[in-house]
Amino acid sequence: MEKTKINITDEVAIHISDMNKWFGNFHVLRDINLEVRRGERIVVCGPSGSGKSTLIRCINRLEEHQKGSIIVDGTELTTDLKNIDKIRSEVGMVFQHFNLFPHLTTLENCTLAPMWVRETPEKEATEIAMEMLEKVKIPEQAHKYPGQLSGGQQQRVAIARSLCMKPRIMLFDEVTSALDPEMIKEVLDTMIQLAEEGMTMICVTHEMGFARQVADRVIFMDDGQIVEQNEPEEFFKNPKSDRTKLFLSQILGH
Amino acid sequence: MMTKIAFVRKKEIPPSAPPITEVGLIGWLRQNLFSSWLNSILTVLSVYFIVIMLWDFIPWAYGGHWNTKSLRECLDLDPDVACFSVLTARWKQLLFGLYPAEEYWRPTLTFIFLLLAIVPILFPKFFRFFWFSIIYPGLAVWLLWGGSFWSISIVYIGLTLGALFFLTLIRRYLKNYMIAAILAFLFTAVFFLFISSPLVGLLNVILPISLPFVESLKMGGFTLSLIVGVTGIVASFPIGILLALGRQSNLPVIKMICVGFIEFIRGVPLITLLFVASVLLNYFLPPGTNFDIVLRVVIMVTLFSAAYMAEVIRGGLAGLPLGQHEASASLGLTYWQSQRLIIMPQALKISIPGIVNTFIGLFKDTTLVSIISLRDPVGLASTIRADQKWNGIYWELYVAIGLMFFIFCWGMSQYSQYLERKLKTDK
Repeated sequence: MEKTKINITDEVAIHISDMNKWFGNFHVLRDINLEVRRGERIVVCGPSGSGKSTLIRCINRLEEHQKGSIIVDGTELTTDLKNIDKIRSEVGMVFQHFNLFPHLTTLENCTLAPMWVRETPEKEATEIAMEMLEKVKIPEQAHKYPGQLSGGQQQRVAIARSLCMKPRIMLFDEVTSALDPEMIKEVLDTMIQLAEEGMTMICVTHEMGFARQVADRVIFMDDGQIVEQNEPEEFFKNPKSDRTKLFLSQILGH
Repeated sequence: MMTKIAFVRKKEIPPSAPPITEVGLIGWLRQNLFSSWLNSILTVLSVYFIVIMLWDFIPWAYGGHWNTKSLRECLDLDPDVACFSVLTARWKQLLFGLYPAEEYWRPTLTFIFLLLAIVPILFPKFFRFFWFSIIYPGLAVWLLWGGSFWSISIVYIGLTLGALFFLTLIRRYLKNYMIAAILAFLFTAVFFLFISSPLVGLLNVILPISLPFVESLKMGGFTLSLIVGVTGIVASFPIGILLALGRQSNLPVIKMICVGFIEFIRGVPLITLLFVASVLLNYFLPPGTNFDIVLRVVIMVTLFSAAYMAEVIRGGLAGLPLGQHEASASLGLTYWQSQRLIIMPQALKISIPGIVNTFIGLFKDTTLVSIISLRDPVGLASTIRADQKWNGIYWELYVAIGLMFFIFCWGMSQYSQYLERKLKTDK
């Protein structure tokens, strides 16, 4: 499938330079340099423990970095809580385990943040929420609770919940890893649709088919470092580093 | 010999009804009462014990005397049945303590209003009447203790003015909540220190509304249990939430204060705290200060159960997956928004059984005030038994007191079960 690249602009969405992070004594991210442009779709892969989830969690400050700088949409992440809340409201995130709010209905999950963070009136927030639920193709589940939905449906609600904040950047943290095989496709289709609409996305995933189809760039991480990055075609056909070759042979080999 | 592996179903098996021994009354009896030999024997034994207990209790209670003048008279009539006459003679005291008889309507009205005031809190359907729950505490204090209507109302007036002042600052002049809150606090303090008493004096002259004053030592019986119990429950709940959040806080000083408070209060028997309230506080306070004894007891009971409440709620907080915090943070909700909208509703729901347990415990612990010679129902029971006419009676009194407490506690338990069913969202 041919993908469109016209979306990518020169505008810098995320700028990470010389970023380092430690968990106690463990050096989990080492000298990360990364520039993401508006409209770019990036897939981050690598063995478990390589720091890929931690990397994207640093972008919305769910993890704090200790050295270097992260600038999101022109705002630098510091200890200033105002900046953090601002960035978080503009960067959507979808998690491996959905993390929907179980005490609220699907619709309430979607309207909560716009109403409290953006102070959108309830009527308008509901309209946006229904629009987003239609986009992920489950408007009929709006009044059910998350516990009554299947895993795939819950994950699509989680995507809709993020989209309701009209984010400029979306982070996906292994969003299909906790799903049964027959549900992975419905979630990936939603993500592909988003990608085609030109959303800036960073996806941590092992779905190499997805990477081939939508990514503009694939980043391979190991031991807390970016080992290799390239366009997907080149990345999969001609991996340069031995570690990348080993990794690809392990996940594509069966 | 080779078996064939390939198989294709040709005929569907339709679902059919279960065997008769598994459903209905017979099924239930078989499964629950007579599932094995041991189980059957236990069933028969239990039924036997229930029967012999009721065998004696029912005639004792049913044939009881209600209208004799003293225990002696009861025993002369029939020593084998209950002598409920003590309740007939003293029920007013059990309900109202030493409250002046001509003012009994006041605690009665307060109780009726209490039932009305908790409805909007317990059932969201009636939330539009929540204003009544807000004015109820002041109303109750005025009805029970009496005095000038205005000296209670002024508290509400002062707090309302303070809140309005705060809102105006935020809307019109200031962006910073902290500074606005401090200014509003100063404003309210000035109001209460300098303006409130002349204003009350003025209002008393213009429109004197007042009830005869009743002092705290006259409060007693279930009135006292309810005053201490309900105030303790209402006040310990928010304090418990704040302590639980404080204990989880990242700020070391706040965390230390909360942990210290919780561990200290939990580590000390309630009776000790009550003694401190009744005796020791007088040594520490400047001579001549009149710090109301009921208020002191209420504060101690509140602090005591707040410490327990904090631990119960902390259990609920610990039961929440980290993902809930992360999801609400990733949407841009602030700490307090996320606590209020995401974390607390779920943590409190998990903790309902523990919270209600603490409430019930607190309510029953109010009987401990009899130790510091306040006249709650249990304290009154001793007083009544000291009376020559009723000397030697105990079953009837304590059964009645127990029954009253049971009704309240059972009500709380029933409500909590209803709430749990209502908040169930997973199926």
